[in-house]
Amino acid sequence: MIPSPDPDSIDAQGHAPGASSHGSWKTYVNGLLLALLLTGGSFWAASSDAIYAPGVPILLAVLAIAQMGVHIVFFLNISSAPDQTNNVLALAFGVMVVGLIVFGSLLIMANLSPHTMSMHELEMMQR
Amino acid sequence: MSAVDASTAPEDVPLSLRGPASTHVLVGFGFWLFLLSDIVIFAALFATYAVLSGQTAGGPTAAELFDRSHVFVETLCLLISSFTCGMGALAVQRSNLRATYFWFGLTFVLGVIFLSLEISEFAALVAAGAGPTRSAFLSAFFTLVGTHGLHVAGGLCWLLIMLAQIATLGWRPMVRQRLFCFGLFWHALDIVWVGVFTIVYLGAAP
Repeated sequence: MIPSPDPDSIDAQGHAPGASSHGSWKTYVNGLLLALLLTGGSFWAASSDAIYAPGVPILLAVLAIAQMGVHIVFFLNISSAPDQTNNVLALAFGVMVVGLIVFGSLLIMANLSPHTMSMHELEMMQR
Repeated sequence: MSAVDASTAPEDVPLSLRGPASTHVLVGFGFWLFLLSDIVIFAALFATYAVLSGQTAGGPTAAELFDRSHVFVETLCLLISSFTCGMGALAVQRSNLRATYFWFGLTFVLGVIFLSLEISEFAALVAAGAGPTRSAFLSAFFTLVGTHGLHVAGGLCWLLIMLAQIATLGWRPMVRQRLFCFGLFWHALDIVWVGVFTIVYLGAAP
């Protein structure tokens, strides 16, 4: 929330619970630590041999989605508070559109490839 | 960012009788919608990359090209710059001029380091004959990562302008609003980067 120019009212707003959409510095520190942990986990999972190889992409997807959630909650300060309903609804719509575009494209293209010529033949044609 | 201004609208007044929301609520919500539409653009580029990531036309593949330690440093720069941007927003809230310059200055420096690392990576790829014209995979890669880089470059210009506005205009409400929107923009870019390093550089693409 943007405080008014009067410094006194800024302090009053900043301390009122739920009146400010900026987090405290603790929120940002917690967010940074969690994000660092998840980033480190992603890079470790991608390079390590400790994890069953076909499971690595799934683990990476889970870690990435978790980190996006951490960014949204701790950095963008989007929460389930009643005064945030519009923001959360817009976010839900955005996530739906993103899901339709990404998974829809992958599904359609994966479905098309058995019906078209092989990529090798296609490459031969393109030369 | 809030849909209903809690400080001026008591809970017992129905939503329909509260009148229009204050400017900062509308600005925050409108900018949030813009960010979501920007993320939809990135979703289209992600989908393009995921579909084309295997189409290397006999050229180098993702596993051969990308240096993970390089990307890890880029990721850390952007993540920490997102944190310093948040600390800057808190300094703006306190009207603390020195802390604002310090945190946003740090954000700017980290953003410049990120961008220069990315440009050096692009230059190395092009010099090695793996430019955007080499294969469909590389076209998709340069479009996706380049669009993100352009957003970061735009954000850095915006940040410079905002620092100049603090210096010349002071703590006006509109300057605070613009700084708030800049913070949202910068955090959103970091969210997009999480997708980029997972799908492109760590190879989670199917």
